[in-house]
Amino acid sequence: MALLKIKFSQQRRVRLAQGLWLLSWLAVMCGAFIFCLGVYLKIELLRRDEVMENTEIHVVPNLLMLVGLASIGANWVASRVCQDSLDASRFPRWKVLLLGWYAVAALLCCLLLAVVVLSYVLQGRLEESLKVGLRNGIRFYKDTDVPGRCFQKETIDRLQMEFRCCGNNNFKDWFEVQWVSNRYLDFTSQEVKDRIRSNVDGRYLLDGVPFSCCNPASPRPCLQNQLTDSRAHYNYEYQSEELNLYSRGCRQALTDYYMGLMNSTGPGVLSVILIQLSVLLSMRYLQTAVEGAMALETPEGESEGYILEKDVKATYADVKAKALDLLKFAQVDPASEAAGAEEGEKEAEATAKAATPPPAS
Amino acid sequence: MAVGKITFTKTEREKLAEVLWLLNWISVVTGAILFGLGLFLKIEIQKWQEVMSEQGILYVPHMLITTGLAACGINYLGSKICLDCADTNKFLRWKLVMMPYIVCTFFFTACVLVGALMCYSIRSQLEEALYLGLRNTMRFYKDTDTPGRCYLKKTLDLLQIQFQCCGNTDYRDWFQIQWISSRYLDMTNSAVVDRVRSNVEGKYLMDSVPFSCCSTLSSRPCIQHNLSNPGAHAHYDERSQQLNLWRRGCQQALLDHYTGIMQSIGLTVLLIWLFELLVLTGVRYLQTAMENVIRLGDPESESEGWILENSLAETACYNFSIIKSLGKCYQVDDDPNINVPTAAANQEVPSAQVQVNVTS
Repeated sequence: MALLKIKFSQQRRVRLAQGLWLLSWLAVMCGAFIFCLGVYLKIELLRRDEVMENTEIHVVPNLLMLVGLASIGANWVASRVCQDSLDASRFPRWKVLLLGWYAVAALLCCLLLAVVVLSYVLQGRLEESLKVGLRNGIRFYKDTDVPGRCFQKETIDRLQMEFRCCGNNNFKDWFEVQWVSNRYLDFTSQEVKDRIRSNVDGRYLLDGVPFSCCNPASPRPCLQNQLTDSRAHYNYEYQSEELNLYSRGCRQALTDYYMGLMNSTGPGVLSVILIQLSVLLSMRYLQTAVEGAMALETPEGESEGYILEKDVKATYADVKAKALDLLKFAQVDPASEAAGAEEGEKEAEATAKAATPPPAS
Repeated sequence: MAVGKITFTKTEREKLAEVLWLLNWISVVTGAILFGLGLFLKIEIQKWQEVMSEQGILYVPHMLITTGLAACGINYLGSKICLDCADTNKFLRWKLVMMPYIVCTFFFTACVLVGALMCYSIRSQLEEALYLGLRNTMRFYKDTDTPGRCYLKKTLDLLQIQFQCCGNTDYRDWFQIQWISSRYLDMTNSAVVDRVRSNVEGKYLMDSVPFSCCSTLSSRPCIQHNLSNPGAHAHYDERSQQLNLWRRGCQQALLDHYTGIMQSIGLTVLLIWLFELLVLTGVRYLQTAMENVIRLGDPESESEGWILENSLAETACYNFSIIKSLGKCYQVDDDPNINVPTAAANQEVPSAQVQVNVTS
């Protein structure tokens, strides 16, 4: 009892082959699209490489690029198979390859599904990576004279201005870090000395933020220093001031940005999975229909196409038996030995019978 | 003596018609490109329209947009005409339309050239518009509570950040205007009052700049205040001063930006103009060749095609005289050789008596 049997006349087979050829070229385009998506995502992640501590999230674009390339190859092969499918002399050579092709196509679909799942699951890891990366960036903001860290200031400034964010969680992160280098401090000033003495590590901490935290949408010119002191500025209330600086933290801003990117690619990836599945199923129908037609006496007649020759349970039992056979290939099987002995006896009887008729003739 | 006379056989005429049909379709595409370029320029100018004072700059993209649309229409018509020109019978349908079509194409091609030249010549107007516009925007920077001006602060800050510029020509432009609103000034403070009294107009002027002038390339945290007094800051040497703020003026930055865009657009439009000129010449040859074939009467014969029937000077005189005579339509002509029918001539001349012999 075959699974999902459909009858195919010659014309329907031709139509199926043509349709599948077009569909497989569409799938090639989709494969190229997935590859480009992977490249784009990778470039976006690499641009902000300096504020990320690890590269775990890179598995998503890497998988996308791999699947894209493999999909282009597999679907190109599918289009070649379609071209040969209606030619009885050329089709048989694809028979063995097709089994492997089904496995590859199924694997591609699974990988794409895994990518969609991973992009949600890895959000936590991305946030962790950003948290550590940004903390380091803020700590090394002042080290513009240390090789290897000299670009941190420019990176953090550009990041804060582009993503409209300030600090790691919020602007108060800047209060806990010395972000003004000692090179630019006047150590003869009393104010500087007081501040340095006021904490255990001897750091120059202030309740101020760099200029890149300033919000252009604020109605008043930016207040960067003495932010916690409401009396330091005229008409300024620390608790209620909202527009002066960016209120969002950069970790949140970057996470939202990357999650947004990956979510918007979600529907595209899902539709590519659907297209790949339909190519897979159509290819199976085409293969079985054409093979059925070749086995008939009249190759132009009707044949049947199916997905599985027997139903799911029977196919599973068959596959299991074949697998067990392969495993038992090296072992001696007592049951098969006895069967072999019986067969040997039957052969001897047959030859004996064959020997007797000649004297009669 | 015709200008640019070429003889065409029948097959050559048909070939010319086919080639022109294809070229006209390509011209439709280039017309769409022209339209797209005009639209792009319009959007780019409108992005920073608040810092430009006059609206005269928008003539250029509007010209490109209308010319692009006209190109699509005229060349689509041209492709239809050229397709029919291969066959003498079908050409007769278009016979009356051909001349106006060629005149229209000629004027439209001239418009394309004008559009290309405008792209290059607009620079001085743009400079003036940017200077005045930026000066006004800087003056109204503090007016975030005045309707109509409340977004100027945000616009100017974003402009200075994006184009990496400060002030109109230089960062010192900020020293000459009051960019902190009086709402945020403590008038009871004596320092504030001193500053306000220190100049004639009572403005609170400082040697400071807004935060958006700060350069990201500086190796030290940004110094925005007391800029005229480098000694007020620790270790503020010449190099630090160079890197601290953006050195370029926003007028120069925007001018460079728009000049770059308009030069590339101008070059593309010039190339499109050359192509249109080629198509116009081809269509003219085809028109004259087909008309001559019809005049000769034999569709299979050779015919001549030209750009102008007579030399340039003669054609110019001829056209001038047409224009002159259009004007003289209702005037009396003084030439004595022309017999102007007077009222007397309209009288009936009595016919001579004819003697009829009555024969009985």
